[in-house]
Amino acid sequence: MTSIITRRRFNFGAGAAAAAAPLLGRSALAQSPLGVGFIYVGPIGDYGWSWTHDQGRKALDAHFGSKIKTSFIENVAEGPDAARALRQLAQANNQLIFATSFGFMNPTVQVAKQFPKLKFEHATGYQRADNLATYNARFYEGRAVIGTIAGHMSKSGKAGYIASFPIPEVVMGINAFTLAARKVNPNFTTKVIWASTWYDPAKEADAAKALIDQGCDVISQHTDSPAALQAAEQRGVFAFGQASDMRSFAPKAQLSAIVDDWSGYYVKRVQEAIDGSWKTGDVWGGIKDGFVKLAPYNDAVTPAARAAADAVKEGIVSGKLHPFTGELKDQKGTLRLKAGETAPDEMLAKMDWYVDGVQA
Amino acid sequence: MSDAILVSIIMTLVASSTPILLAALGELVVEKSGVLNLGVEGMMLCGAVAGFAVAFSTGSIALGLVASVLAGIATAMVFAVLTLSLTANQVATGLALTIFGIGTSSLIGAGFVGKTIERLGPVFPAALSEHPWLRALFGHDIVVYLSLALVLGVSWFLSRTRPGLILRAVGENDASAHAIGYPVIAIRYAAVAFGGALAGLGGAYFSLALTPMWADRLTAGRGWIALALVVFSAWKPGRLLLGAYLFGAVMTFELQAKAAGISWIAPEVLAMAPYLATIAVLTMMSLGRKTGRLDAPACLGKPFSAP
Repeated sequence: MTSIITRRRFNFGAGAAAAAAPLLGRSALAQSPLGVGFIYVGPIGDYGWSWTHDQGRKALDAHFGSKIKTSFIENVAEGPDAARALRQLAQANNQLIFATSFGFMNPTVQVAKQFPKLKFEHATGYQRADNLATYNARFYEGRAVIGTIAGHMSKSGKAGYIASFPIPEVVMGINAFTLAARKVNPNFTTKVIWASTWYDPAKEADAAKALIDQGCDVISQHTDSPAALQAAEQRGVFAFGQASDMRSFAPKAQLSAIVDDWSGYYVKRVQEAIDGSWKTGDVWGGIKDGFVKLAPYNDAVTPAARAAADAVKEGIVSGKLHPFTGELKDQKGTLRLKAGETAPDEMLAKMDWYVDGVQA
Repeated sequence: MSDAILVSIIMTLVASSTPILLAALGELVVEKSGVLNLGVEGMMLCGAVAGFAVAFSTGSIALGLVASVLAGIATAMVFAVLTLSLTANQVATGLALTIFGIGTSSLIGAGFVGKTIERLGPVFPAALSEHPWLRALFGHDIVVYLSLALVLGVSWFLSRTRPGLILRAVGENDASAHAIGYPVIAIRYAAVAFGGALAGLGGAYFSLALTPMWADRLTAGRGWIALALVVFSAWKPGRLLLGAYLFGAVMTFELQAKAAGISWIAPEVLAMAPYLATIAVLTMMSLGRKTGRLDAPACLGKPFSAP
């Protein structure tokens, strides 16, 4: 269990809570525990997306203790069935409910209407209401950092990228990764395999092997299991972890990993619900906000690569660097960003074009 | 394409075919005895989690493989008691077994998420597989050779031995077999246990060899492919071997073609290919005979209770 326990961030946000404590009204303290519910699209044992959300729920338990009562339903199918799961949570005295997958959007909107006094939050969606907020993470910022490392560490100048589905979220990750790598090595290319699944460990591993056979010596992925890292470890090439720190699966191969961390956001929002200051809204948090973290670099990462990656990370945090900065053309030569211009969020959310160097 | 890449593709192909082959071979014997167990996916998952849990706890992959076989048998016995002794509906029970297997494996595996082990290695010394082409022959792990031996063994058992003949008789006409004095239920128990053992071993091939870890639903639907392969093979072990490797070849080629940037054929077509092939073979087989029985054992899926 050690690897799991050390990854939890039990004390995250503890200072903020202490500061907020004097502001709590008497009524809040006297109330029964606040019910906080979650629905997950996958099993909490996927060690990927759903797992990271459940880590956030556990962080809430650790942070608030008996002040709240959390519950969750896992393996909820995207689509109409999610409404049933949401209603179940709503009727079980949960006052704040997190729906943690894009496909839960319509059911969440519908159930939020039926329970106007309850608060809902939907991850990665865009439909909001007075009692329905949305939140997402800027994973592309992490992609820019690992792309920088890949540019430095790849000898062949060819990276393999195991992707799930060509949706904007995935496309922007591929582009951010490739743009960053090409800043280091202008001839860098990214070969993309569409696995057509979020989760199929054996297929993900086979895809990694196919990419390695074709000369890729760095593997990145936008699928959920650590299988590709294991394949990279076996073949002696480098790779990056996805959603969580997957070092234990590939101690030599994993150069770093993009780690999703929802705990800070969840603690903040639950605190607001307790205080009565919760409002709807849309939060898209990045490295600066603690939503996206980078796992510690592997010892194999050269000092030059480390320095460059840190510079990108610091540039993003300080706001001086945006992974999508003009002048930027897509593969067909269409000008997407003028010189000096940075990509607005609407452009990112609809991205359906590739930059030079991507072989998709 | 260099030899090294070609051999690497062959190694991947063989590895990804092996678990499907094992599970399908077990199910073939089960169906030959007249029982339809749709719970292959559930048994594979129970085998996968048991194999990983034991291998991780004891440090011995061999013990893990043994545990996976036992776990597969144990899961299959749940099905056997319900359908053979209590004559429950086999289709419903088989589907329930899959759901049961997903849940049970997830429960047992909860403590093992995020752990990894040293994967099952090649069985022959490395010196034998230095040359790429020798590697394609001698570079595999023990389970690969075992699966090939089992295909031969099952083929010989079913077509050349008396117990094999009796098993087929039970599957073709349970009432007659019973009338001659064969213990129909006991024979079917044995067949279901064998199917469970191979499904468990096939599942463990994921958690011990292909992707040495435990994660929920690790087998990702391969149990259903195994079920389809049994029909594809027309209940013949030799054709089953061909089908499993063909399926593995298409899956591997799909990924290799994408990685190599081959664009003259759409990746979606490649992804469809194994299923198209299944439909084509089924259609050809049923065209050949008026009954459309596809050589299925006559008593397949029918409950039997001694009169």
